[in-house]
Amino acid sequence: MREVEHVAWLARLELTDEEKQVLAGQLGRILEYMEKLKEVDTEGIPPTFHALEGMASPLRQDQPAPGLDPEGALAGAPDRVDDLFRVPRTGEGEEEGA
Amino acid sequence: MRRGELRARDLVESCLGRTASLDGVLGCFLTLDGDRALERAALIDEELARARRQSAGVGETGAHPSAPAARPDPSAGGHGILAGIPYACKDNMCTRGVTTTCGSRILEGYVPPYDATVVEQLTGTGAILLGKTNMDEFAMGSSGENSAFFPTRNPHDTTRVPGGSSSGSAAAVAAGLVPFALGSDTGGSVRQPASFCGVVGFKPTYGRVSRYGLVAFASSLDQIGPLTLTVADCALVMEVMAGHDPRDATSAQVPVPQYTAVLGRDVRGLRLGVPREYMGEGIEPGVREAVRAALGALADLGCAVEECSLPHTDYALAVYYLVAPAEASSNLARYDGVRYGLRVEGGDITAMYSRTRRRGFGPEVRRRIMLGTYALSAGYYDAYYLKAQKVRTLVRRDFEQAFARYDLLVAPTSPTVAFRLGERTDDPLSMYMADVCTIPVNLAGIPAISIPCGQSEGLPVGLQIMGPPFAEGLILQAAWAFEQATGGAPWRQEVTP
Repeated sequence: MREVEHVAWLARLELTDEEKQVLAGQLGRILEYMEKLKEVDTEGIPPTFHALEGMASPLRQDQPAPGLDPEGALAGAPDRVDDLFRVPRTGEGEEEGA
Repeated sequence: MRRGELRARDLVESCLGRTASLDGVLGCFLTLDGDRALERAALIDEELARARRQSAGVGETGAHPSAPAARPDPSAGGHGILAGIPYACKDNMCTRGVTTTCGSRILEGYVPPYDATVVEQLTGTGAILLGKTNMDEFAMGSSGENSAFFPTRNPHDTTRVPGGSSSGSAAAVAAGLVPFALGSDTGGSVRQPASFCGVVGFKPTYGRVSRYGLVAFASSLDQIGPLTLTVADCALVMEVMAGHDPRDATSAQVPVPQYTAVLGRDVRGLRLGVPREYMGEGIEPGVREAVRAALGALADLGCAVEECSLPHTDYALAVYYLVAPAEASSNLARYDGVRYGLRVEGGDITAMYSRTRRRGFGPEVRRRIMLGTYALSAGYYDAYYLKAQKVRTLVRRDFEQAFARYDLLVAPTSPTVAFRLGERTDDPLSMYMADVCTIPVNLAGIPAISIPCGQSEGLPVGLQIMGPPFAEGLILQAAWAFEQATGGAPWRQEVTP
């Protein structure tokens, strides 16, 4: 249960006590299923992070290109001031369990 | 339409009329954009009429009457190859000025300021967006029941699910609400609902179709694909959407063949492998029987059909349900109540993030974010995420080895026909099993199609044809031959739920 609470904090996801209970059970069962991967010998096998390895370079040329105009970028903001997103103050309450 | 025998406006009105009478039951659309679709249809009708007048004028001034019509310029709107054809788009692709929710409360009311590349491409060839279709929230689901708004129902039997996550797109095409629709396929989300709804669904090679403007779920697996009634329609839509896009860093710079030109080519001598792991336990007998009959039809066409093996298939589901949630937990970090969508106030910024995400995300999304965050967290990264990516390499190598012997692989799309609404909602693992036949394809990044191949319990069964990277043309060629040989899919009767 403490683990569920820790992961929920890492994910910035508020959960009720009841949800924590349900999730602890469900995630436990899912992770138990994942244990079957331990059967596979992966000694010397490289991981696949890209589906077509070696095909595409994830880096584009470092050239400026037009982006969204400020009005377009801010149009969906729940709260804004002029050309800025407005958020609650930062710097407090960020410690786990605070 | 090009000949002036049908107006785009009539077609759009017909689709809107059918949607008005059926969608109350089916729940295919989250947003209908009827007025704008009608306006656009009127413009395209005008352009087509002008083009006809001009071409008649050219004829009078000496063009040979039997000269073939020039291939329409695909960038020319009303003159493009899809001029006047209405379509629907899964609600996870950005559409400028049209609400895009991803089936989630966290994006309720969000109106993107730009179009996804695929939407731009379709608009450029004259297609008309009719609306945005319902989906499992953030494309997480295999039944269409995880939409935050309402479930979609299967047009063949409204007590059953249409499959997911491109549920609304598949059901809309099956019910004749639109001639084609777009979906996205991360672990089978185009092919599995295509199979359940008795339509054609295509997942292209990773990188073949631009993902720019697709709301990211699992970036190394996501790929946009069409849902259509026929293989020929699928080839046509693929022809419009495939190709390099500089705005997508993972877009492939590989030439695109003319897919419609390969239809009709002989399939005699094609070597087809049937992986035994896809035909064994867990596959419903009715599904297996329909697929066996389809393999017989392909053999009759002159294909060499042979059993083969993809030995790591059994691990693919576990790999997927670690890799996809891990990528999702990272991609969905952007939904924090700051830049768009829902915000729930809190005393400080951390409370605001956590409350916004708690209220905005549904149970399946929360479950996968938790799973992904856990798999990536300190102490578990090597044991879960890295291990999964290594086994993913073995799954990919299985395919590489199989394609050294066979041109294509053939298998069921789904182990079952459409199940009943509510049947699996309390058991996430049993729901995940619905994607067991489609997931390996996404892990390997290869292309695959699902086409209707028969029925079981009176419901559609899908046949999956998989190919090596960028073999879309060969897949379409084989699928078209099968479709023609079996009478243009006699299972595709008029669906009236």
